[in-house]
Amino acid sequence: MSAPKQRAGGTWVGRSIRRLEDPALVAGRGRFTADLNAERHVRFVRSPLASGRIEKIAGPPGVMLVTAADLAGVRPIEPMLHKFNYVPVAQSILAEGVVCFVGEPFAAVVAASEAEAEDFADRVEVSIVEAPATIDARDALAERAPAVHAQVARNVLVDGEITTTDFERVWAAAPMRVKISARSRRQNATPLEARAAHAAFDRSSGRVTLTCTTQMPHLTRTAIADLLGMPEADLRVVAPDVGGGFGQKMSLAPEYVLLVWLARRLRTSVAWTEDRRENLIASYHSRDQYLDIEGAFDADGKLRALRGDIVANIGAYSCFPTTGAVEPLMALAELPGPYDVQAYSCRARGVLTHTCPMAPFRGVSRPAITFAIERLMDKAAQALALDPVEIRRRNLVRTFPYTSATGLVFDEASYREALEVAVAAVDMPAFRERQRKARAAGRHLGIGLATFSERTGYGTPAFAARGMGITPGWETVELSMDPSGFVEARIGASPHGQGLRTTLAQIVADQVGLAPDRIRVVHGDTDRTPYGWGTFASRSLVISGGATLLAAQKLRAKLTRIAAHLLEAAPEDIALEGGEARVAGTDRAMPVAELARAVYHRRHELPPEIAPGLAESATYDPPGTFSNACHVAIVEVDAETGGVTIERFVVVEDAGRIINPMIANGQIHGGVMHGIANALYEEIVYDDAGNILTASLADYLPPTLREAPAIEVHHLETLTSASVTQAKGLGEGGGIGAPAAVINAINDALTPFGVSIDEMPATPQRIRAALRAASEKAA
Amino acid sequence: MTGKIDITLHINGESFAIRCEPRRTLADAIRDDCGQTGTHIGCEHGVCGACTVLVDGEPVRACLMFAVQAEGRAIRTVEGLAKGDELHPLQRAFMEHHGLQCGFCTPGFLMLAAGVLEREPDIGDDDLLDVLSSNLCRCTGYQNIIKAVRAAAAGMRGR
Amino acid sequence: MKPAPFAYHAPKSVEEAVTILAQVAPDDGRVLAGGQSLVPTMAFRLARPAHLVDINGIAELARLATAGDHLVIGAGVRHAAFHRPVVENPLGSLLAFVVRHIAHYPIRTRGTFCGSLAHADPASEWCLVAATLGAEIVARSRDGGRSLQAGDFFQGLMTTSLAENELLVEARLPLLPADMRWGFYEFSRRAGDYALAMALTTFHLADGVIDEPRLGLGGAEAAPRRIAAAEQVLAGRPPASALFREAAAIAAESFEPLEDVQADAAFRRDLVRAVVFRALERAAA
Repeated sequence: MSAPKQRAGGTWVGRSIRRLEDPALVAGRGRFTADLNAERHVRFVRSPLASGRIEKIAGPPGVMLVTAADLAGVRPIEPMLHKFNYVPVAQSILAEGVVCFVGEPFAAVVAASEAEAEDFADRVEVSIVEAPATIDARDALAERAPAVHAQVARNVLVDGEITTTDFERVWAAAPMRVKISARSRRQNATPLEARAAHAAFDRSSGRVTLTCTTQMPHLTRTAIADLLGMPEADLRVVAPDVGGGFGQKMSLAPEYVLLVWLARRLRTSVAWTEDRRENLIASYHSRDQYLDIEGAFDADGKLRALRGDIVANIGAYSCFPTTGAVEPLMALAELPGPYDVQAYSCRARGVLTHTCPMAPFRGVSRPAITFAIERLMDKAAQALALDPVEIRRRNLVRTFPYTSATGLVFDEASYREALEVAVAAVDMPAFRERQRKARAAGRHLGIGLATFSERTGYGTPAFAARGMGITPGWETVELSMDPSGFVEARIGASPHGQGLRTTLAQIVADQVGLAPDRIRVVHGDTDRTPYGWGTFASRSLVISGGATLLAAQKLRAKLTRIAAHLLEAAPEDIALEGGEARVAGTDRAMPVAELARAVYHRRHELPPEIAPGLAESATYDPPGTFSNACHVAIVEVDAETGGVTIERFVVVEDAGRIINPMIANGQIHGGVMHGIANALYEEIVYDDAGNILTASLADYLPPTLREAPAIEVHHLETLTSASVTQAKGLGEGGGIGAPAAVINAINDALTPFGVSIDEMPATPQRIRAALRAASEKAA
Repeated sequence: MTGKIDITLHINGESFAIRCEPRRTLADAIRDDCGQTGTHIGCEHGVCGACTVLVDGEPVRACLMFAVQAEGRAIRTVEGLAKGDELHPLQRAFMEHHGLQCGFCTPGFLMLAAGVLEREPDIGDDDLLDVLSSNLCRCTGYQNIIKAVRAAAAGMRGR
Repeated sequence: MKPAPFAYHAPKSVEEAVTILAQVAPDDGRVLAGGQSLVPTMAFRLARPAHLVDINGIAELARLATAGDHLVIGAGVRHAAFHRPVVENPLGSLLAFVVRHIAHYPIRTRGTFCGSLAHADPASEWCLVAATLGAEIVARSRDGGRSLQAGDFFQGLMTTSLAENELLVEARLPLLPADMRWGFYEFSRRAGDYALAMALTTFHLADGVIDEPRLGLGGAEAAPRRIAAAEQVLAGRPPASALFREAAAIAAESFEPLEDVQADAAFRRDLVRAVVFRALERAAA
């Protein structure tokens, strides 16, 4: 493989250099958790019922079977939230006494191989006295609904409410009311690598190494040590190559805890590889929400006041560390989106049901709330005979900083500009003409927009406002240069496809004048990296990137001082580039490696205030920064079958300074496909008894390449002062706007039929049902 | 008779003598018995294509074949794509065009594309996309996979 | 998701295969051909055959040839064999068109035509072809051989009239007259998915009117079959969109809809109306 070329005088940041991650991955030399050998294999035995009391568990004779009875002294997972009357809920590592969702693990079988463990698991007998189950969140709120956990009244885990002062007056004064009852159906993030864990006990040190598919290795270590009552120093957590996470691998899985317990108990290595069926049924689900929102507009289409009632299905337990409150409370805080509306009243509840627990998934609540508010905008536009573009123009935030009704501070961005660029890119008037002609010929083309903000790169203060018991946010980066002049960057973030080994190397490269292939980014191993929070919430490039920049600047400063001394020049005359330190305007230069040699091996030749070695670190904890984007989808709806084809998809994205355009676009492409999947294909379906009907990839439908439109991406770059690298995050954005754009386009296509599709996914069945209902009404 | 049997698998030109049950899938045998972990398992029911390998030059889903059925066949996996240090055009193209992010689906896509392009170097673009729609990716949104395979195909045709 | 243990048999001849099958079938012994349908059900442990009789090594089953006025498809013939027309006959191009809708390329390199018939998934394209064109299905057992007509072969959801000790050795499809028109249309959620509804039609035009129409419906009911009521409407009338709409509407009311997580009855009827109409339009084009 050819190394990225050194460029004298040029910068690495901003260039689409090839990824340093790739050579191993394309050769099949990646190391994923399931690639490790283990002495023993674990198969979890899972509840066949959604709710009930366990009477008896019996394993086949001679087989090692672990149940809750063996786990005395192991604490349950119990995340905390100090806000909005959150009621803590405890999840035992193995179900203790009761089961609360189909798929909940109540026993674990240990055997010599995966196949054998599965054979034994099949023969475990359990008798469960079935109890009534509640599956739908609204049903769970009803007075006589079965309680999932006795201490949680009416199954309301959290009940948040915000009403701005003077709301009622402003609401009453705005004449035009528009309502949307939006429904976002349950999703599974479906990373192509399901979850896996491998725990190995080291007999000489007594330590356990847990290799697992986690997005948060350090917190996983702390949490498991806490739950097992073991010294945290005796646990090492390694996130190796991880095959996608999208949030699902952020939350602490009880299975990981059990693996560490077993490794210590058996003093050997044990492995668990989740299979796809398990992942679909019993990992983490997301976005099962009802969103009833209503806007009060004035005659010019200005949204004056917004009210909402949001009900989020949390599932049977509360995910660690965010708690299950994360979806409803994020919806509460961010529903107004990118629009300037200061009168806001909203209630958001997280409701327990006898279903698989909820955890964040790429965008968390933002795809659903963006869907709801963008449908509202289109509906209002229709009611007021305004162009959907124009109504957004009139409502998008335009001056910065902008403080939202819920206290979020929007830094400089390009909401309106992105809209204008997107509209120009699709040539709206030409499309409308095409649409008109197509309609006359019986074909239904439609165009849909979504304008939205993406909250990214937010540190401790923002998380603190959420009131979580554990407050993530900051990131530390440690840089060291060895005597050969090679740099190692150890980070607390935990990338799993985001290309951080490359982008962070680009940042360091610019500071210290080396090529990126002379910089190795180390992540994922808690023995080797500074404590950090992992990778999620579009944070790593902003926060780890910021810490990297700050540490690299310190390293640069030290190298410059060394060079100044050795080259007998003033530090301000030293430039670091092309692997050298050069006195500007002269040919006096010295390789950076020689600076390293000097400070390690000939320190006596340097002034005493220059400490030996080359190691710098920095911690960054920013307030957060808002990216923004406009998505436009052009679709064709087959009115006879309800089938939808996306003809064109345009993204105009502003994520501030782009470190590596190719990597940035890749994140957008992937996010948009998740959004399209959300809009049209993916849905976890439960029956009334709490069994999942979509338990294979033939029933739960992640889209193939044929369902992917060509995704055009345009970038705007508003360089923010809220991020030291001037970069904003963008990992989630693609998934946030795409569902709204696609479904708005479907509704636009079906305008002649008088339907309003406000549910996602907008499956062919739902579209046909809406069309049938509309034609029956018309008849 | 459900017990272990002795078979030999020929993978990337190397012979592996292994003992496994008849129910051992080719995917598990390649990974666990032969130690070639580049082939990945994503679903075990033949939908995602992460486990795609070449058997006598044809792309197959290794999770839907039993190891015992592959005896005597020529199996190629991602580890055998490169010739020593020289990467396969597809591998180079995937790196050039950012056709991978987490890398989990990548070996399956590489073998699928390699198998098809070696058998039909002049395959039309639409047919090529049909073939590529066999495998799932959750990270890339497919845009750059298409770019990478088209670029490699053009290069391979040119040879 | 590992299959339950099984004993593996790899006969080298049909004779050997049916002998083994006679012994193991009562003990849940199954035939393994392409495995593309059977192995996933084994991975989910919905099927736990104690014996698998692998017929991939039986050379005589690889036969793909015309014999008289039939195309003979041996049990070893893979879907991929049909990618290019296997006969110079409308049947060849019909099969080449339909095969593109079957799953995905790597599945087509292993899965077999006859395996699809024996598996009898309601959404199998080949089952629809067999039912619509009137395939002859030849089975062998230790006790001898017999021929079944497609109409009698598909009994219900994943159920055929094959006895447990019978091996489906070949299917015979009638070659079509040179002037035979055909049309196929399928609706599925994603590329390569099972059809939620599909229709296959064949007819001649004689003196400007439809002659000998066949209209088969698949994916919408427990088993594929010809819809006689729709065929009757078409016979003797000139091809026209309005006629096709009429036939489609009748077809939509003439079947027992499968209901599942993907489609309820009302939606299934909508799809049948659409796929029948479009198959007819394609045939007439």
